[in-house]
Amino acid sequence: MNLEDLSDITEEVAEAAKSRRHCVRVCMAASCQSCGSGEVLEGLQAQAKQNADDDVCIKPVGCMGLCSAGPLVSVDSDQPATELLYQDVTADDTEELYRSLDDDPLERLRCRTDVPFFSRQQKIVLRNSGIIDPEQIDDYIAAGGYRSLMRAVTEMTREDVLREVKESGLRGRGGGGYPAGLKWATVAMAPEPHKYVICNADEGDPGAFMDRAVLESDPHRVLEGMALAGYAVGAEHAYIYIRAEYPLAVERLKTAIKQATKKGLLGRRICETAHSFEVEVRLGAGAFVCGEETALMASIEGQRGQPRPRPPYPAEEGLWKCPTLINNVETLANIPAIVGKGGAWFKSIGTERSTGTKVFALAGRIANSGLIEVPMGIPLGEIVNEIGGGIPDGRRFKAVQTGGPSGGCLPEQYLDMPVEYDTLRSAGSIMGSGGMIVMDETSSMVDVARYFMEFCMDESCGKCVPCRAGTVQLYGLLDKIADGEATPSDLELLEELCDVVQATSLCGLGQTAPNPVLSTLRYFRHEYEEKLRPESERMPRMQIVTLDD
Amino acid sequence: MTHPPVASNPGPKVRVVTLKIDDHDVGARETDSILEIAHANGIRIPALCYLDGLSTWGACRLCMVEIEGVSKPVSACSTTASEGMKITTNSERLKRYRRMILELLFAERNHVCSVCVSNGHCELQDLAAECGMDHVRVPYRNATYNIDSSHDLFRVDHNRCVVCTRCVRVCDEIEGAHTWDVMGRGVNCQVITDLNQPWGDSQSCTSCGKCVQVCPTGALVKKGTAAGEMEKHDDFVPYLAQMRKRQ
Ligand SMILES: Cc1cc2nc3c(=O)[nH]c(=O)nc-3n(C[C@H](O)[C@H](O)[C@H](O)COP(=O)(O)O)c2cc1C
Ligand code: SF4
Ligand code: SF4
Ligand code: SF4
Ligand code: FES
Ligand code: FES
Repeated sequence: MNLEDLSDITEEVAEAAKSRRHCVRVCMAASCQSCGSGEVLEGLQAQAKQNADDDVCIKPVGCMGLCSAGPLVSVDSDQPATELLYQDVTADDTEELYRSLDDDPLERLRCRTDVPFFSRQQKIVLRNSGIIDPEQIDDYIAAGGYRSLMRAVTEMTREDVLREVKESGLRGRGGGGYPAGLKWATVAMAPEPHKYVICNADEGDPGAFMDRAVLESDPHRVLEGMALAGYAVGAEHAYIYIRAEYPLAVERLKTAIKQATKKGLLGRRICETAHSFEVEVRLGAGAFVCGEETALMASIEGQRGQPRPRPPYPAEEGLWKCPTLINNVETLANIPAIVGKGGAWFKSIGTERSTGTKVFALAGRIANSGLIEVPMGIPLGEIVNEIGGGIPDGRRFKAVQTGGPSGGCLPEQYLDMPVEYDTLRSAGSIMGSGGMIVMDETSSMVDVARYFMEFCMDESCGKCVPCRAGTVQLYGLLDKIADGEATPSDLELLEELCDVVQATSLCGLGQTAPNPVLSTLRYFRHEYEEKLRPESERMPRMQIVTLDD
Repeated sequence: MTHPPVASNPGPKVRVVTLKIDDHDVGARETDSILEIAHANGIRIPALCYLDGLSTWGACRLCMVEIEGVSKPVSACSTTASEGMKITTNSERLKRYRRMILELLFAERNHVCSVCVSNGHCELQDLAAECGMDHVRVPYRNATYNIDSSHDLFRVDHNRCVVCTRCVRVCDEIEGAHTWDVMGRGVNCQVITDLNQPWGDSQSCTSCGKCVQVCPTGALVKKGTAAGEMEKHDDFVPYLAQMRKRQ
């Protein structure tokens, strides 16, 4: 493969598209598949066959974003916000839908696309999502794919690639927001000859499905990002650690790796150069803690998935004690565009300290739930009220939860706040990996805190004492408060425990487990206090341990 | 050409650093942990999962210390020294954290010292006394745990286990048998022998008793001991670890 071959493929695909009368795209990502898009696809394909129309192409594609209206079908457009989009399509609709192709659109199923949900988005990571067939490498190449990799390994030095990534200001999308360029440079500088790249696709936050959508909709983008990372840091081996609960993403990734290897874009001596890059898929068994980088590496090594103290950081001593670059799916999916269009271009999007775009999974009490990609710095309220379409059923907004079990709940006064790593942190939440759960006036904040604490308690690996024995106590206290059984001294104890667990736990899971409690206490303390009973109504509960000598 | 005399295998060059622990100026190798340096200089830092001679585990979090300029406390057993570090081992905040961690441990399983064979010779008990933990504010969980008496010589009482994994590490790293491991997660973690078979049926256990000697509490004990009779000695570990390294 060389640049010319890529251009040939692009031309072929374009030719084929030109000779087509219609192209109908059916979302075949997990959410739409689960409400029957598979039958829609088959129905439409059967129609095309029945009518012997070989100039009508029925294409399975990835997530179009508005998952709550799925199955989605788009007609004759290679833009994400297509003119003609159908929603809630069922197998029974396919005949009518097919007939309408050469006729007036089928108004009954039409989904409006002139709404902020589509117009306010800006797509880098999801650019091909819902447009290309994720199982066809040629589709990705025709959309400009693998050119950045080809150019990098043939025309750019490692330092050139590193410079673009540093310049871009890209920060890790897995939760921590660590500058990608800095991490890459550390691994690149390590003198050891053997290094690894790992793509973290464990995505364990409840309510988050950004990484799944990217992998299901555009797996080659992630592979290209990984290969660029490998070239820049000098690693020839890579792993994608993905949870086994994502069977469709796993299958598409494996297909993509096979296709790219066959074309010489991955594997030994890629793009006819001396550089090799081999990618292996490793399945996680669905433990949240295995998304933590040191636990993840232990799991790849075949050990119990438990974190270890850092430093040493993976960049210094990672997988099998070799310097290892570990990045999130979305972080890596940004790389091809950064190397292709330049770090300065990327930096021009978003804000100074949070560059580029961010993918969010909108869920909860909101009209449009689904997947969105917006420039960093967009006001929180714009996401909730405009893109998300506000709160349904005439209810009032109460809070938005970001960052999953490690994040916090932000009340109404933060709707004007620009969404950036640092603003979110100072408001007591975090960017996290991109889950956004909207709550209305009917949600109890104590219940929300209890829900996330139960999650952390169940997912604690059990290695360190504050998290193992502390989250279970925190959960017990929250349960007691929620049930109206607690006294003011329980609330005091809750706050003291939060401090201890946050400050002394070994890994991020325990260190951030108190965040949902602390943020709801900060903004909705009255809800806790309303549930307390006066001390005098309760029996003393202290247990005394005697230390015999 | 003449060569300067060389001592046999000097090993990789290690830099020496100076740092300050609670107003004591100390010198140390940069590969040493803060905990090792403190202990070598007679400064006591509470520790439970750490044991000289075994690999560092960093899980009990009792050894947390503060480093000037670092916002969060760090575990002394897993943090190496660097030049000019200023370390506080005993601030009010740290004392509060340690007391709470110990309270969590006491409330997690069932510690009834007066009937425990380790009473009076128990590291958990000693730490509670040292850190001034005289009562437990969090509710006792009162969960039921097994006791396995199937081994001819020893017994494991999970009611007293603090999951420090010293037994796991000594068995794997010093004895080389790897009889012990951990199963489950969160509060359901438990040390197991072989593939969670009764200890007495274990094919890998050599009955050396090292795990019993390094266990800080009354979880692993010799059979036939009555309350307060189980004394342990773990000073063989650093020696054996040295010998193993030389092989
Ligand atoms: C408990 C826990 C779970 C995590 N889960 C994930 C995850 O599912 N996906 C992910 O990319 N990062 C996860 N992380 C963050 C990783 O440890 C790591 O910081 C990240 O993969 C680095 O990539 P980035 O710099 O590209 O964000 C988790 C961290 C913790 C503490
Ligand atoms: S903080 Fe929780 S998940 Fe992390 S090491 Fe400790 S017990 Fe395990
Ligand atoms: S193991 Fe120690 S703390 Fe626990 S009951 Fe026995 S003596 Fe008491
Ligand atoms: S049995 Fe003893 S040594 Fe083993 S983990 Fe439990 S307390 Fe630690
Ligand atoms: S899965 Fe079909 S639109 Fe998201
Ligand atoms: S001694 Fe350091 S964490 Fe246990």
